[in-house]
Amino acid sequence: MKAFDYIRATSVAEAVAAAGRPGAAYLAAGTNLVDLMKGGVARPDILVDITRLPGLDRIERLPDGATRIGALVRNATLAHDSGIARRYPALAEALLSGASGQLRNAATTAGNVLQRTRCQYFYDTASACNKRDPGAGCAALGGVTRAHAVLGWSAHCIATHPSDFCVPLAALDATVEIEGPAGTRSVPLEAFHRLPGDAPERETVLEPGDLVVAVTLPAEAEGFAAHSRYLKVRERTSYAFAVVSAAVGLRMDGDRIAEGRIALGSVALKPWRTRAAESLLAGAAPTPETFARAAEAALADATPSGDNAHKIELARRIVVRALTLAAAGTPERVPALPASPFAPAPSAGVTAHA
Amino acid sequence: MPERQRHGASIGQPLTRRDGPDKVTGAARYSADFRPEGLAHAVMAVSGIARGRVTHLDVAAAEAHPGVVAVMTPENAPKLAKSPDLKDNPFAFRLDLLQNDGVRYANQPIAVVIAETLEAATEGAFLLRPRYADEPAGVALGAGEVFTPETVGAGSATAEGSGDLAAGMDAAEARIAATYDTAAQYHNALEPHSSVAQWDGDRLTLHTPTQALWIAKGRLAGLFGIPQENIHVICHYLGGGFGSKGFVTSPQILGIMAAKLVGRPVKLVTRREQMFGPVGHRAATRQTLTLGATRDGTLTALDHHTLTLTSRYDDFIEPSGILSRHLYAAGAIATTHAVSRADIGTPIFMRAPGEASGSVAVESALDELALELDLDPLEIRLRNYAEVEPITHRPFSSKALRACYAQGAERFGWAARPRAPRQMRDADGLLVGWGLGTATYPAGMMQGEARATIRADGTALIETAAQDMGQGAWTVLAQIGADGLGLSIDRVDLRIGDSNLPNGGLAGGSTGTATSGTAVHNAARAAIAELAALAVADRASPLYGAGNAGVTAADGRLARRDDPARSESFGDILNRAGKGSVEAKGQGAGEPASRKTYAMHAHGAVYAEVKVDPDLGQIRVTRLVGAFAAGRIVNPRLVRSQYYGGMIWGVSLALHEHAVLDPRSGRVMNANLAEYHIPVNADVPSIEAILVEEHDPHVNPLGIKGVGEIGITGTAGAIANAVWHATGVRVRDIPITLDRLLG
Repeated sequence: MKAFDYIRATSVAEAVAAAGRPGAAYLAAGTNLVDLMKGGVARPDILVDITRLPGLDRIERLPDGATRIGALVRNATLAHDSGIARRYPALAEALLSGASGQLRNAATTAGNVLQRTRCQYFYDTASACNKRDPGAGCAALGGVTRAHAVLGWSAHCIATHPSDFCVPLAALDATVEIEGPAGTRSVPLEAFHRLPGDAPERETVLEPGDLVVAVTLPAEAEGFAAHSRYLKVRERTSYAFAVVSAAVGLRMDGDRIAEGRIALGSVALKPWRTRAAESLLAGAAPTPETFARAAEAALADATPSGDNAHKIELARRIVVRALTLAAAGTPERVPALPASPFAPAPSAGVTAHA
Repeated sequence: MPERQRHGASIGQPLTRRDGPDKVTGAARYSADFRPEGLAHAVMAVSGIARGRVTHLDVAAAEAHPGVVAVMTPENAPKLAKSPDLKDNPFAFRLDLLQNDGVRYANQPIAVVIAETLEAATEGAFLLRPRYADEPAGVALGAGEVFTPETVGAGSATAEGSGDLAAGMDAAEARIAATYDTAAQYHNALEPHSSVAQWDGDRLTLHTPTQALWIAKGRLAGLFGIPQENIHVICHYLGGGFGSKGFVTSPQILGIMAAKLVGRPVKLVTRREQMFGPVGHRAATRQTLTLGATRDGTLTALDHHTLTLTSRYDDFIEPSGILSRHLYAAGAIATTHAVSRADIGTPIFMRAPGEASGSVAVESALDELALELDLDPLEIRLRNYAEVEPITHRPFSSKALRACYAQGAERFGWAARPRAPRQMRDADGLLVGWGLGTATYPAGMMQGEARATIRADGTALIETAAQDMGQGAWTVLAQIGADGLGLSIDRVDLRIGDSNLPNGGLAGGSTGTATSGTAVHNAARAAIAELAALAVADRASPLYGAGNAGVTAADGRLARRDDPARSESFGDILNRAGKGSVEAKGQGAGEPASRKTYAMHAHGAVYAEVKVDPDLGQIRVTRLVGAFAAGRIVNPRLVRSQYYGGMIWGVSLALHEHAVLDPRSGRVMNANLAEYHIPVNADVPSIEAILVEEHDPHVNPLGIKGVGEIGITGTAGAIANAVWHATGVRVRDIPITLDRLLG
């Protein structure tokens, strides 16, 4: 492993100053970064440990009804927070469907948002990758591509963003709070991750030294609590990245949908919010036909980047299924197999969240 | 005929593992846990290309890294006494030991960096930044020349059959022909291959995981040109082998060479991604099954052709067709193999080599035929039940497969299965399907030896260089020894896992317990005979003169067979004879005459239930019931554990495990445990393993058949058939993935 300098920051200002230097990287739980370092995929010169920064491990209810989640709140803590599970059930379900219990105990909110792609060619240092080595080319193109992007990809990169957590965050209009050399700013999560374009090495809008300090869910996000699901299809029942996933929320007005939200996971290099599909839900009845139209619209722009056309059809079906499940009402508790098709479907006995 | 062994005080008991407390407390030390004084750490650099040669390594950069002690490359690697490519016996698989700059598969070792710390060695290996002259690599099945291998598996005939296949096909009233693909699988035991090697002149002390201590010792002696007695291999605990630790691999030997180079003890541990190449794998197969049957389901012809691939530089041929020689009766049988070469590491034995990949194809094909004939899958299997071994017509030494089918079906509730697919749903609307597969594995034996020592304090010692790779040898060999000696198990010490002990054979091929167990049994009986000889010749002994009547050993005493009241403790006999102990050796090997006369196989039936999401295609096994007959069960608890493990691997084979090679680079693109999927707990359903009673008077004196591999056979086919039954979709690409079920 490459030798590195280790700095344990005691304040945000100190962290930002330290991490602004070339070759610096923030270290939180390290569940992704340390793996990448062991594999020679990431080779930072300086690690700025932010786990001791005060005040970043809180879940706060803001006066306007928003919820601010500190960057260092652990995934497990967040998923099991009763307020989170009640107000944003899809968020809890998404978190609990990710990784393993051990990893969730360690992994942080900001770390999850910033996790790197699982593209095999990114991980394999013997293969060309524009993300790892800008300009080297993309060995994934024309290679093993069953899991690659079907939306928003470019000739320079066809990787996907693997996070479960980010999918409901995108659906719920979350914002990312950033402290940096230029001060504090907030960026919508939807705009936080960049599509690959011709610079896939630039994965987010973060500039050198920028530190994610919180993720905030707006007050309106709570309006979807009664009809909200995250659904994740994977190639084993647990401990697997999604083939495709979907987070959906419906705000009902009697027997009509007042507003719907749909975001897809593992289809693009960012969580994929689909407003065209959402617009078809607004004012419509929650029928199979409505959901099918929305699913068509959600994937209208999708094209295979290789041997992965099945992901497009699967994504349509997941959208329909997730909307159907959401319309039936959020289950009272997160299923034992969160986000799985093998979780019992909602039945007549299920009560919606208050 | 060997005397039938009584069901002893220990054999047959569901004892917990004797090594369990050491394992759960961490006291058990595995090979890489040893840290001799002055230990240096070695890390392999492996090839990024699959074919060509290394043209440059930045050795200076690696050597300049703080902590690096040495860089071992073909320039300075210790010379070997003989070429690692010399094939002086069929099991001397060719090795990559830095004797030249050639690259013949991706992830081949190309250098070793030795450093004061693991971190420094790791970085040193990174800094080598190899450059290559690469040549186009081919890794596809069937690409290039396809040829007929001379032998398959462990020296089995490449083709075997009986009857007139064409006539059998002509006589058929129903026929199916189908081709099944099985994916390449890479051994990924929890414990990767490692060595902690220490040289003292030309003497080597080696901690390394091996399934066969004496085979390892012999191979290393040849390569290093030293007597076998100079090599001490120690492996008390082994964290899974599954065939990849049957023969010592390149990484293990490179660790020994590194220790020689730097003149210090060296530890080398294979990194997880380095498991995908230099330590063997199960090759991909493409199997074509052509079956013909009469209306009632009687097979008139069974043609099983396997195409597989092996490396460019050595031969191991996955013998998928072998089980068709033993399993179902058919008017005519043909089993053939063909192979193409690829720029991959040489495949090797992997749990049920041949039977695992072959079983899923045969069991699928049989169900396809049953569909054609509108027969129940169980019925067609019973219709073709082999009363004698199909090709040789030898009787089976024992075969309780009918009872396996019946007990499994009863427990599973098979009778309620609707014939047609897509008929069952659960309360949530998921499709439910049931499937069946027959399990089979040969009851082989190797050669082994054991030593039993009876001590004057009333305890005993059993010694054999057998290996516990998790199957339970620490427990079952003590059970066998205790019964053979007539002692309670707590009075029996066992020493295994050390090459200085008598050759214990191989923990592989489901032969371990049969071989070393027989050796232990014979050694124990021989030691008792020695003890008895002392007693019956001693006028002071109550056993004096019992020669003709004979004596029996029980509870630490010898007693006259004709008058059990006349007995004496082991200690008294030895003390009076002025001996501290008495010892004897015993052999374990198959008896040639009975092995010629009888076909010897274990059998079983596996019933599977799966659920499939009708829209999303996601599959989950929800129930497995296996019923197995494998002769005498030495320890039901451990045997069940073996069956569970095998059945779980069957789940893996059917639905998960799949090495994905990039056809352009020849690299395994999912060479890590996040992407190379094996089942997790949530994929492992309710499993039952029924131990079907079977008495085998021929297989060996104890009547033991192996249980290590049979569980994986039958299971994958049962699951594939259940997926069809749930969905109506027959997927012939194994593992079955959800994209195949989206319709």
